[in-house]
Amino acid sequence: MSSRLSLRLSRLLNMVPYLLAHPGISAAEAAAELGVSTKQLMSDLNQLWMCGLPGYGPGDLIDLSFSEESIEVTFSAGIDRPLRLTSTEATALLVALRSIVEMPGMVDPTAAHAAIAKIESAIASTDAVVTGTPAAVPVEQPVVATVRAALADARALRLVYYSASRDEVSERIVDPIRVVLVDNNSYLQAWCRQAEGVRLFRFDRIEDATELDEPARPPSHAAADAAALDLFQDDPDVPLARLRIRADYAWVLDQYPMHRIESRPDGSIEAGMRFASADWMARLLLGFGTGVSVLGPPDLVAAVRDRADAALAAYAAAGLPGETETA
Amino acid sequence: MNLVIALLSTRQFLSAERIRASVAGYEDSATDEAFSRMFERDKNELRDLGIPLEVGPVGRFSTLEGYRINRDAYELPDIDLSSEEAAAVAVAVQMWASPELASAAEGALLKLRAAGVTVETDNVGVSVPAVPARTRGSEPVLRELLAAIDAGQAVRFGHHSAITDPFVTRDVEPWGVVTRHGRWYLVGHDRERDAVRTFRLSRIGGEVTPYGPLNAVRKPADADLRAIVDRVTGDAPVTGSATVWVAKGRGRELRRIGTELGDRELGGRDGSVVEVPVRSRDWVARLITGLGPDVLVLDPPELRADVMNRLRSVLDHTEVAS
Repeated sequence: MSSRLSLRLSRLLNMVPYLLAHPGISAAEAAAELGVSTKQLMSDLNQLWMCGLPGYGPGDLIDLSFSEESIEVTFSAGIDRPLRLTSTEATALLVALRSIVEMPGMVDPTAAHAAIAKIESAIASTDAVVTGTPAAVPVEQPVVATVRAALADARALRLVYYSASRDEVSERIVDPIRVVLVDNNSYLQAWCRQAEGVRLFRFDRIEDATELDEPARPPSHAAADAAALDLFQDDPDVPLARLRIRADYAWVLDQYPMHRIESRPDGSIEAGMRFASADWMARLLLGFGTGVSVLGPPDLVAAVRDRADAALAAYAAAGLPGETETA
Repeated sequence: MNLVIALLSTRQFLSAERIRASVAGYEDSATDEAFSRMFERDKNELRDLGIPLEVGPVGRFSTLEGYRINRDAYELPDIDLSSEEAAAVAVAVQMWASPELASAAEGALLKLRAAGVTVETDNVGVSVPAVPARTRGSEPVLRELLAAIDAGQAVRFGHHSAITDPFVTRDVEPWGVVTRHGRWYLVGHDRERDAVRTFRLSRIGGEVTPYGPLNAVRKPADADLRAIVDRVTGDAPVTGSATVWVAKGRGRELRRIGTELGDRELGGRDGSVVEVPVRSRDWVARLITGLGPDVLVLDPPELRADVMNRLRSVLDHTEVAS
C-alpha cells in the first residue's frame, strides 16, 4: 500500500522528533535505532536541510548540525512530535503485547499490562479492536519471576522440574541462556549441568526455582547450539508414529503436531506424529482409548499394549472391580 | 514533507492555489492539470500514512475549500514507559513472523522511539523462533480481520469446526479479536445464523473477504467480548471430584492439580491417595488411563469403569501389524 516515497516521508517525519529527543546522538546509533543504514540516514539528513516553512528563508528551514559523531536539530519547523500510531501499527503492537502477557516468563506481566494501558491511552482509540486484557493486573508466579530475574542477572539457577516425558520430578543446576516462545508455550532455554547439554524447560512445569549466588556460565558453544533450535520440526531422526484417529477425535489434530494427514472413506484419519520419548507417547495414546489407535512402529504398539495390561493387572491386584451396576 | 510542514503550521485552511504558490515542490508544475495530479497524489499519500488532513472553507465567508492538518490529532501524546514496560514492548515487536504485521509493529516501535521512549531490542534475552504457531491462527487472516474491524466492514470467510471438515462460508459482522491462552478468537454476529458466534482463527482458512459498506459494523456497546469467549472456551467449572491412588513418585500431573490425602499401600505398592477436581470427565479419564498402572481410580466407580473400559478396548483393538 505505501509506496517507496511515502516510506521515505514517514521516515523523515519520524526522524526529526527522534533527533530532538536524542540531542547529540551519533549517526551510527541513530541509524540503528531508526532501522536504516548510516548512508541512508546521511542522505535523509541532507534532504531535511531543504524542508521547512513556506518562505524557505534562513529562519524557516529545518536547521540541524551533523557529523558522524553527533547530530543536533536546532530548528524543527514544527515537526516536534511523531505522528500517532496508525490503527494497524497500534493493533500489531497491542495484540502482540496481549499475547505474550499470557505466556509465563516472556515479560514482566505487570509491566506489560501497564505498557498496554499507556499505549492505549496515548492512541486514544475509542473502541479497541482487540480486547484481551483481564481487568485485574496479572500476577506472575513467584517461580517464573525468579527465573526471569536470574536470566536478567545472568545467574545460575537450581530448578525443580517436572518432566512430562518421564513423569518425574528432578532437581538440577542450569545456566540460563534465554526464553523462547515455541508455538503456544514459553520455555527457558538453559545449559543443564547434569545432562551437559542445552535443554528447554517449559515454564509451567518448573515447580521451584532458586537463584544461585554464582554467575551463569553456559559453555560458549551452548548459545550457538541453542540458536539452532529445531523443536517440533519434521526431523527424520525422530521416530514417527502412524496413528488412526476416529472421526470424533479429529480435534486431536489441533492439539498435537501431526504430519501427512489423510482422510479415509469411513471418516477416520491417518496421520503421523513425531515423538521423542516412547514412554510419553505410549501414555498419551493409551489415554485416547480406541479414539486414536496406533498402527506403528511395532515397539510403540507393544508399549501401549503392555501398559494397558499392567494397568488392568494393577486393578486386579488392588481388588478394585471394573464393573458397576450403574455403568 | 514541505506540504506536511506547511499544513501543520497553519490554523487557517489553505486553498490549493495558495499551496501551489507557496509550498516548495509545486512551483515547477507546468500546467494546472499537472499540479492537480501531483496534489491529489500527495493528499492520498498523507491519508495513507494516517495524517489527519482536514478540509474546510478558507475564510469565514468563503465557499472555497482549503486544507490543514490538525496538530492535536497528528501528534503522538507523551508516553512515559518505564524500562520494564519498554522491555515488554521490545519482546512484543518480535512476535510477528509475517512481513506486514512485523513492519507494522516496527513502525509503532520507531514512533515510540521518536517520542523519546528508550526501547532496547538487542539482547532482550527472549526470542521467538520462526516456527509457525499453528494453534494461534494465521497472521494474514488476523491482519485481514483487524483491517475489516477497523473499517467497520462485514467479512466472508471459509471456516471449519474440525481440521478434516470441509470449509463452510460464513458471513460475519466482526466485532473484535480476543486472545485467550495464546489462541486468537474472532467474535462477531453471524449474519446467516443471526446469532453471536466465536471463531478460532486457526480454523479460518483461505481468504477473508471484506464486503458491504464501510463503517456499517459496530460492536454493540454492551457486548463483552472476553465474556463471550470465556463462555465458549470455558474454564469449565468444577463438576465433581475423583479419588485416585497414585504410585510413589509418579503421576505428578495429578498431584499438581489435586490434594494429597495421605499415604496408602495398594496391591503391595507404596503410594498416596489424591483427590482430584474434575472439570472434564473425559480429560481426567484420558490422563488417568494414560498413566496406566501408576494411577488407579478409587472413586467414583463410574470413572473407574470408564478407565478400565478404555484399557480393555485398547487391548482388543491394538495389534502389532505384521
